[in-house]
Amino acid sequence: MSLYASGSQTVGPYLHIGLTWLNTDRIARPGVKGERVVIQGRLLDGDGDGVSDGLIEIWQANAAGKYAHPEDRQKKPLAKGFRGFGRIPSDANGRFRFSTVKPGRVPDPGGKLQAPHLSVTVLMRGLLKQLSTRIYFPGDTANAQDPVLKRVPAARRATLVARRKAKGVLEWNIVLQGRDETVFFDF
Amino acid sequence: MSKLHAYRRFHPGTQPEYDFPPYASTAKRHPTQPLVLAPQTLSEITGPVFGHDDLKSTDNDLTRQHKGEPIGERIIVSGRVLDENGKPVPHTLVEVWQANAAGRYPHKADRHDAPIDPNFSGAGRTLSDADGRYRFITIRPGEYPWRNHYNAWRPAHIHFSLFGQAFLTRLVTQMYFPGDPLLDYDPMYMSIPDAKARLRLVSQFDWEHTVPEHALAYRFDIVLRGREATPMDDSPGE
Ligand SMILES: [Fe+3]
Repeated sequence: MSLYASGSQTVGPYLHIGLTWLNTDRIARPGVKGERVVIQGRLLDGDGDGVSDGLIEIWQANAAGKYAHPEDRQKKPLAKGFRGFGRIPSDANGRFRFSTVKPGRVPDPGGKLQAPHLSVTVLMRGLLKQLSTRIYFPGDTANAQDPVLKRVPAARRATLVARRKAKGVLEWNIVLQGRDETVFFDF
Repeated sequence: MSKLHAYRRFHPGTQPEYDFPPYASTAKRHPTQPLVLAPQTLSEITGPVFGHDDLKSTDNDLTRQHKGEPIGERIIVSGRVLDENGKPVPHTLVEVWQANAAGRYPHKADRHDAPIDPNFSGAGRTLSDADGRYRFITIRPGEYPWRNHYNAWRPAHIHFSLFGQAFLTRLVTQMYFPGDPLLDYDPMYMSIPDAKARLRLVSQFDWEHTVPEHALAYRFDIVLRGREATPMDDSPGE
């Protein structure tokens, strides 16, 4: 049997009614192994205004580079109590902020290691289907060889790499349109 | 590393474009640069796993979340979560939210002057079972106005959010009701180019699951991205 995937529809303006119960600002609880990092930023529309009714979802490996999912069969330890998922709303000014641990490196389909990254899904009113992007870490020497980053035109790669704001605090914005438009992926 | 079994790409016409002028809010909220085609890696083919510990027993019955009964027509909404190969997607999180019978959300941004129902929050969630089946009890949502264009009304709908087995199978969609005259005027529904693909977002009246003296039933099956027929080969050197 062959079917076609159901069509996507926007979350609309009242997304919080159904989705807020999973909101968190802390993907990794204290005690979860790894380098702690806070990531903050803004979700900005084509006018540069903050999107007040948006939501991002983060999916990440633990510090050892292992996903809490049955299809990750790498012989690496799982972190207790660490799902690796976070749902973070944007506030009235489009700001978002969450804390987690920096993920380890996970393999690409060829078995080469990717640079540490977080996978991001973006949802909001006015967006008919989700956007997918990634957050990479500044100054990580693995970035230069990352198989996904390498697909991105060099001039736009910086939109995927967070900037160091303070010790343990990174800044990463999602820019929907314009000069610094974030790179979104089609997987 | 084991073989990576990639997911199929979307069939043309079944998904909306990001830039869809009839839905005015897409204008400033769509990417203007083309998406970058990227390989599916372990990061995309894994995804969050949820369990019964994440849910409460009343989460799939939106009529039992308050002291009193909500106003409106009680309905049962059930169906299956499948992938494109027709295989059930078991144990996956299904989240829903909707307006009350009068077409009002208890949300600070909803200024429609229809009444709020103190006995209805309009949110539910459940896990599909081993056969991909899910079931909600709720109230038939009302249509509501929005300001997209003159005399704009949303057809009655229930918002659905699903994860599936991978981060790339994430789907947010809306379920509509059969025979709704507003569908043809609705930019969100019409944003899906293919007419048959649109119709698959319309639930069907479900006589079989209708409960005498209690509630009409509607059936809504959801299809998530499925795997390619054959796994990609292992890379050399593994
Ligand atoms: Fe709605």
